[in-house]
Amino acid sequence: MALSAQQIPRWFNSVKLRSLINAAQLTKRFTRPARTLLHGFSAQPQISSDNCFLQWGFKTYRTSSLWNSSQSTSSSSQENNSAQSSLLPSMNEQSQKTQNISSFDSELFLEGNILCQERKRIIPVLLMNFYHAFILLPISEEEAIQIIADPPLPPASFTLRDYVDHSETLQKLVLLGVDLSKIEKHPEAANLLLRLDFEKDIKQMLLFLKDVGIEDNQLGAFLTKNHAIFSEDLENLKTRVAYLHSKNFSKADVAQMVRKAPFLLNFSVERLDNRLGFFQKELELSVKKTRDLVVRLPRLLTGSLEPVKENMKVYRLELGFKHNEIQHMITRIPKMLTANKMKLTETFDFVHNVMSIPHHIIVKFPQVFNTRLFKVKERHLFLTYLGRAQYDPAKPNYISLDKLVSIPDEIFCEEIAKASVQDFEKFLKTL
Amino acid sequence: MGSAGLSRLHGLFAVYKPPGLKWKHLRDTVELQLLKGLNARKPPAPKQRVRFLLGPMEGSEEKELTLTATSVPSFINHPLVEKMDLVCFFPVCGPAFAHLKVGVGHRLDAQASGVLVLGVGHGCRLLTDMYNAHLTKDYTVRGLLGKATDDFREDGRLVEKTTYDHVTREKLDRILAVIQGSHQKALVMYSNLDLKTQEAYEMAVRGLIRPMNKSPMLITGIRCLYFAPPEFLLEVQCMHETQKELRKLVHEIGLELKTTAVCTQVRRTRDGFFTLDSALLRTQWDLTNIQDAIRAATPQVAAELEKSLSPGLDTKQLPSPGWSWDSQGPSSTLGLERGAGQ
Repeated sequence: MALSAQQIPRWFNSVKLRSLINAAQLTKRFTRPARTLLHGFSAQPQISSDNCFLQWGFKTYRTSSLWNSSQSTSSSSQENNSAQSSLLPSMNEQSQKTQNISSFDSELFLEGNILCQERKRIIPVLLMNFYHAFILLPISEEEAIQIIADPPLPPASFTLRDYVDHSETLQKLVLLGVDLSKIEKHPEAANLLLRLDFEKDIKQMLLFLKDVGIEDNQLGAFLTKNHAIFSEDLENLKTRVAYLHSKNFSKADVAQMVRKAPFLLNFSVERLDNRLGFFQKELELSVKKTRDLVVRLPRLLTGSLEPVKENMKVYRLELGFKHNEIQHMITRIPKMLTANKMKLTETFDFVHNVMSIPHHIIVKFPQVFNTRLFKVKERHLFLTYLGRAQYDPAKPNYISLDKLVSIPDEIFCEEIAKASVQDFEKFLKTL
Repeated sequence: MGSAGLSRLHGLFAVYKPPGLKWKHLRDTVELQLLKGLNARKPPAPKQRVRFLLGPMEGSEEKELTLTATSVPSFINHPLVEKMDLVCFFPVCGPAFAHLKVGVGHRLDAQASGVLVLGVGHGCRLLTDMYNAHLTKDYTVRGLLGKATDDFREDGRLVEKTTYDHVTREKLDRILAVIQGSHQKALVMYSNLDLKTQEAYEMAVRGLIRPMNKSPMLITGIRCLYFAPPEFLLEVQCMHETQKELRKLVHEIGLELKTTAVCTQVRRTRDGFFTLDSALLRTQWDLTNIQDAIRAATPQVAAELEKSLSPGLDTKQLPSPGWSWDSQGPSSTLGLERGAGQ
């Protein structure tokens, strides 16, 4: 005769020694139609004596269908508290439904806070013998087939690899293109993702992101970077997008900004406002130009403002550019605002003092601040060696800075230096 | 696919270190480029997992359930794949290669440039062998007369300025010859050879004596390639050196010439059997070029190390630890020839 769920003593109901995932959540995730009968114990075949049943039971009783604790995964306790309240009501229904056993995957319990500690009870030894008798009764072939005994999932792990085969949420995320190997490095985010339900929570967020304008194939990259967006309130996000629209950022602009700076929507409206105001005051550009600048480089809004302030001082005081010159350079190359101070000074030192290029020509070609210094050095030294280093526009054979810096090696060698690439390589080996 | 690329990535190769780059950054850059190249390859076929699925038994009238073993692609072992239609491959475990063993041979400091030998994978073992072979290295050292600084470099803190009109080429050559002679004596002394034996004499005749254990910097050959005051260019063959000692050498040459000198450039042109021709430039630091370089260098490396580390030809065991010869060493004591070419 087969053991059926109803025959399992009711006292299993309240025994709880570990925190577990709520069966309700699991029904949706684990599609195993067959009845699984306390399959946990098959993982521990040796049941020798009654006194060791306690330990055995304590370890594997989790397989009982009548779980009544809701679970949370390991670290974040505050999410536990919120999860608890939402999951507790559904628990009571579970105890009625016996066929939920079938969908219950016993191995999936995760360590975490023990809720409802007061409901712990010790199993009497007499009942243990009773239960023991049940286990050793013969069962039919059909029922034997339906026992599913997979190796247990680890209760806590440092990688999401262990859970991805059993979690529909994770599988769907992976299909979207989210790189889980990057998310598992942030334990809070990983735990959050494991506990979220795709249909309820994640889908809303994805639809919202599509509304904002992010394409399907870009969703994966966005979510990999900004996995914290799932903990944001949808209403807040909508308010922030509305605020950006009110500042005359078009829908395409907002989509581009959110794509390039995924954390943008995590900033509150006041913060965004402050930052936009800062850039307007600091750079003293017109509203339209500030808007273009921010759309081109949205990480100005999400990054720290200290480097920008420092760089503005460097340009004005140390390098000696006038304010309108700085404005011109920044509208051409927004990245200059967040460049490294030391690299800026080294590049400027070489270009101005060694190559003897005056300020007004550097202003015309600000991309020289965006290139690696070694590139500028190597090409300049090669041209000097060939006698072609002529940077004065008034004289013949003038070589402009953008040609020096922005074109690839082969074209540079052929057209500007009028030498072969092998000569350039031989020259590089003499430096 | 990735493993095929990795299997060819064991051995030694030489890069050209540009001036201004620290050797550690160079090593890290090379490692990153190699990992980028390896991870860009197509991922291997998915691992199949056997799952027992319940399903109706074929050919039976009643609805009996049975287990059938089916092989389904395992979802957990594949790197990120962008295309949505490859549903079977799940991105979960991150890039296939996260770390490579890349080692550096004789180091070069930040301002020096030149041939730097790197080893990848099992080649790191060969780096130790190369170190124990105690081969000589070639440098070109550029000096500037008339200045003295505290760290012997051109951009150091200025200590003294002198005139240099009295310096001529002959004076410089004479000083270089004196230096070479004194170092020759030191070579013999540090090589721990018993000079009274026939074998030692034969080796000395061929110019192959050199110390096979730790010693201070020894110059096996030095000559002046170019002299146009205040600039001059020296070629130095040495062993157990550091670039700082080479700059100090330039300073001392200036002192001997009754003036002062600083060193403007130290460039290594040969390290053992790796020369400038085989050194990879910055634009060539990627997977395919490095694999080709390793492949090109492997036979030569094996032959040279075999020769250097094998015991001497039919001679009795000498008390000094493993003396051997190097065919690359200077062939004449005056060092007029460069160390024997390839």
